[in-house]
Amino acid sequence: MELFHNLIFGFGVALSLQNLLYCFIGVLVGTLIGVLPGIGPMATIAMLLPLTYGVPPVAAMIMLAGIYYGAMYGGSTTSILVNLPGETASVVTCIDGYQMARQGRAGVALAIAALGSFFAGTVCTMIVAMFGPPLAQVALEFGSPEYFSLMLMGLVTAAVLAQGDMLKSLAMVVLGLMLGIVGSDVDSGVKRFCFGFYELADGIGFVIIAVGVFAVGEIISNLSDPEERVVFTSKVGSLYPTREDIKKSIAPVLRGTGLGIFLGILPGTTPSIATFASYMIEKKVAKDPSRFGHGAIEGVAAPEAANNADAQCKFIPMLTLGIPASGTMALMLGALMIQGITPGPGVMTQKPDLFWGMIASMWIGNLMLIILNLPLIGMWVSLLKVPYRLLFPAIMVFSAIGIYSTNNASFDIYLAAIFGILGIAWRLLGCSPVPMLLGFVLGPMMEENLRRALQVSDGDPSVFLTRPISLAFIVVSALILVIMTLPAVKKRRADITG
Amino acid sequence: MKTELRANKDFWAGMMLVAIGAAGMFIAQDYRFGSALRMGPGFFPTILGGMLIAFGVCIVAVGLRQGERIQGKVSLRALLLLPVSLILFGILMERAGFIPALAALVLVAAASGREFRFLEVLVLTVILTVASVAMFIWGLGLPYPLIKGF
Repeated sequence: MELFHNLIFGFGVALSLQNLLYCFIGVLVGTLIGVLPGIGPMATIAMLLPLTYGVPPVAAMIMLAGIYYGAMYGGSTTSILVNLPGETASVVTCIDGYQMARQGRAGVALAIAALGSFFAGTVCTMIVAMFGPPLAQVALEFGSPEYFSLMLMGLVTAAVLAQGDMLKSLAMVVLGLMLGIVGSDVDSGVKRFCFGFYELADGIGFVIIAVGVFAVGEIISNLSDPEERVVFTSKVGSLYPTREDIKKSIAPVLRGTGLGIFLGILPGTTPSIATFASYMIEKKVAKDPSRFGHGAIEGVAAPEAANNADAQCKFIPMLTLGIPASGTMALMLGALMIQGITPGPGVMTQKPDLFWGMIASMWIGNLMLIILNLPLIGMWVSLLKVPYRLLFPAIMVFSAIGIYSTNNASFDIYLAAIFGILGIAWRLLGCSPVPMLLGFVLGPMMEENLRRALQVSDGDPSVFLTRPISLAFIVVSALILVIMTLPAVKKRRADITG
Repeated sequence: MKTELRANKDFWAGMMLVAIGAAGMFIAQDYRFGSALRMGPGFFPTILGGMLIAFGVCIVAVGLRQGERIQGKVSLRALLLLPVSLILFGILMERAGFIPALAALVLVAAASGREFRFLEVLVLTVILTVASVAMFIWGLGLPYPLIKGF
């Protein structure tokens, strides 16, 4: 079996001492970040990107992936124990998880959340391994027109499904594409939008935008709106779920996993949509919905499984097509490019160790999270007591050194300061910066493919409509746009994404 | 419900997009536009600029009709001091070396918070500076002078 052969190869890569170590560091840092409120996974990955420059690509990606799902995990820990969602995705877990904790069943809730996530993670590892190669195979046949239309579809769906105003999200995608133009034009060598700064000739650094908008911007907005945190820690209690608990959780975990996989593949859906939707489903199918909100174990099991499934399936379009389905995946894509790897379907054939090693490491990382974190819960909780006023200067230090070390240029630091201010302005105006980042990452590739597609077709733009695969992508993008502007859908969307 | 223009969220969001789009199109005039067959360096930015203006105008229209207010507060202190702390770091990295740059960054950044306890910040500065020197200079071997003569 090709699949098992590949997976065994992947485990061989992931189980090397170096990669195990980076995986461990990743999940540890990730959990730490997930537990600490006020720093999201986006900001962390952005801030730690420069640390991976000297690390081999496989190890770097394994570590970054570990940070990502470790953060998801840490977020649910604090939701259950202290009713504080470390990440937006774990808001739903607070509802019943914290109630369970107050009934002295925090340990059980944590264990079910961990086991549910692990189950979802295992299924998703298989899904990525099964569907990744055929998808990449298909994508290898793509020409420039197909690629352009695929990116268009990715950006449109991401903008449409993103949180907040749809029109603004689409506009932010275009703004991101525009920012991606800055620098020397590959074709003619003309320096565009450089304003005479030679530092801009290579374009605006990915790390600068990511850290400026997501780390500095986040700190400013946290400091603007300080909420008093009262940490009330409940006893963890026994970690072992009863037979009854497990019996009740099996179906919800299965449903949550399925839903998470489905939503995970769609670009733009955030894990919070998956968790919210799966909670609603559980409440609908339950015999006695009134138990929800009073410590129903299904209300912990299903969203946690959905959360993890969604997070991991986001890797499928990123690794096989080079299309980021979320802000975090845009950062991962940026990390790949920093390592000198061109994202796209070629990654699997040219860098099989990267692809399969990363997939295997996700499973190992999920296992590590269970083994490590259940016993370490006490330590994570005590970290919650670190006040933010000590935390954010440390984030600033990491961010500043990270940016500076990229090019050893102070210019980059000044640029990041500007992007921090811009990030705040965008937030105030209700313009989500995440679609901007997706556009920024894909911008140069989109222009290149547009140029090539039009060259091949003798300047005839109908090439995007006459090639069947490209046409399909365009039709899907158009359909999504039309559906989303229907009044009924628009209202529901507003209800869900808020 | 009528919101005055200066607090109208969508109005300003749209205006920002129109301004960026127009500036982009204007600057892109200096780059050869080319044709569809041979896209010049001005082709893509001009189209994107046009799209930004179009989106911006729509959003301004929405703003004028719905009049949603800008919500959320921004601490002016943080908005000023955090970027300043970064700029200081940049200047001092070139002029004075790693340690002064870090110390300035931490001190000014800490001052942007709501509470500022001098002794605590001092200890924090020392700890973060020592830890960064150990990690980045000795550990990762970044080639920055710890302190430069003026």
